[in-house]
Amino acid sequence: MNTKLANKITYQIPVGPIHPALKEPVQFEFEIEGEKIINVDVSLGHVHRSVEWAGTRRNPIQILYLAERICGICSYCHPMAFSLATERAAEIEVPERAQYIRVIHQELERICSHILWAGVAAHEIGFDSVLFLTWQIREKALDLTEYLTGNRVTKGITMIGGVRRDITKDMYPTILEGMKYFKDNFEKIRKIFLDDKTFKLRSQGCGILTKEDALKLCAVGPTTRASGVKKDVRVDQPYFAFGDLDFDYITPDLITGEINGDVYDRIIVRLLEVKESIDLIEQCLDKMPSGDIVSEKKIAKLLSILKKADGEGIGRMEAPRGEVFHYVKLNGNESPHHWKVRAPTYSNILPWIPMLKGNQIADIPIVAASTDPCMSCTNRVAIIDNGKKYQLDKQKLYELSVEKTRRLM
Amino acid sequence: MTKNILSPEEIVQSFKDEFKTKIVNSRIEKHIRGLKKTEFFHIWIRTDRSIIKDLVKHLIKLEKYPHFAVSSGYDMGEKIEIVYHFSIYYGLKGKEVNINITVDLPKSDPTIDTITDLIPGALISEQEKQEMLGIKVNNIPKDSRVFISEDYPEDTFPWRKDEKGPGETIRNLHEVKK
Repeated sequence: MNTKLANKITYQIPVGPIHPALKEPVQFEFEIEGEKIINVDVSLGHVHRSVEWAGTRRNPIQILYLAERICGICSYCHPMAFSLATERAAEIEVPERAQYIRVIHQELERICSHILWAGVAAHEIGFDSVLFLTWQIREKALDLTEYLTGNRVTKGITMIGGVRRDITKDMYPTILEGMKYFKDNFEKIRKIFLDDKTFKLRSQGCGILTKEDALKLCAVGPTTRASGVKKDVRVDQPYFAFGDLDFDYITPDLITGEINGDVYDRIIVRLLEVKESIDLIEQCLDKMPSGDIVSEKKIAKLLSILKKADGEGIGRMEAPRGEVFHYVKLNGNESPHHWKVRAPTYSNILPWIPMLKGNQIADIPIVAASTDPCMSCTNRVAIIDNGKKYQLDKQKLYELSVEKTRRLM
Repeated sequence: MTKNILSPEEIVQSFKDEFKTKIVNSRIEKHIRGLKKTEFFHIWIRTDRSIIKDLVKHLIKLEKYPHFAVSSGYDMGEKIEIVYHFSIYYGLKGKEVNINITVDLPKSDPTIDTITDLIPGALISEQEKQEMLGIKVNNIPKDSRVFISEDYPEDTFPWRKDEKGPGETIRNLHEVKK
């Protein structure tokens, strides 16, 4: 323990490790002076599942279903990024119609994920009525996912060279009705998150990530865009059919006219992205060409093409949390020679350090949640003071956060 | 803010001019998507490991903060290959170019210089390559494991496909150091 002055004692607080449900398990070690965070250390890998290793023992089609289970929220992005990488390695072309359907599923997943996050963020600062409101809206997104894919969580829609299910004209009314429902509720959510006094007090000026830090630490997704960095794979490298659609980078200055890189800015970015996703889905339904939905219908034939392929490729996509990156190397065998998975949180871990420094313990839940990881990391928290260990569980940490909100009200 | 944007061919040429024979080979992958036939490019460069730092410095000349996604690495029998995945020209609507740089590390001396002094965001990636492939990153600022637990044997590496690979350990992880 560091002691500079008798009254300036710093404490070590380990936060984590994480719940096994997370793809990026994490543990924080905080150095605390009073209520203030002086330093943070992050350690990972508490529940590493060796997914990449397991992948090199399966064929590419089997990997799709393994990749789907990397994350419960991005259960579309991972198999799709894997399939993008494999298509490049094996030089498989995807029909245009499939590219449009792929956009629709991706944007629907973004709506699901961002609304889920909004509820979690509200819960972290003790605003539970908002949690129930947002998750009620999210139910509609899940219903729509079920309608389009047959599943609510692991969607099973991805196929190398296309998608597994078509979106036909008779499905349009249900999709458009869903979009209308989101649009009707958007204003309600916007008002709560952006105009509410308590929300502003807890999120403005809290967990700041400067533009320079975001660039240096290679942050991705809404986390980096809230700091004013224009990085969005959908616009930067228009994969799927994004080149045909009309949209732009979302940065917080679109609403406030300035960029602070705080939690409030990250809320703005996610909210605007929900609106953008609704618009993108409508544009896709409008412009979708007719044609095939998959380049090779016969799985056995597709497998034999993949078995002969010798090459490497990368698959990049803008997942709800940021850029997801897969690398695949095929070498003429049944299983890939190497498969590397880089989920967005992998790149958003180092930015946590500058974000958390200087904040209070009560801010840990909302700052950590603002990058949209799974918050179960705060399940097991212990404070070590002078060798004595105090347990500070998620409940206590959450109470501290709620208390802070009450003080501000 | 205007940026001098080089075409993919010019980017590859600029690497060849700067590093001459140290660039072993290169290829440009063109991708066309959608009804409007939007194009984007992935560049693949294979190079000598001794110049990895200078390569990143050269990238910084093209883009002040090159985006570093991750590095991949795999066992190729006699050698280990590491692929660094960078991208530049982000934020310019459709102009972003991926640059994938492959380096070979012989198994007799699997070492490479760190790039974290130039790109701090590369730390976790470099730590991961050390523990998964048994390579040594020179001057890495934090030389600890990230994903593998501390009680995992020190002389086996999960991604190796030779005698240093996990082998039967993988079936008996519960017995390790017990």
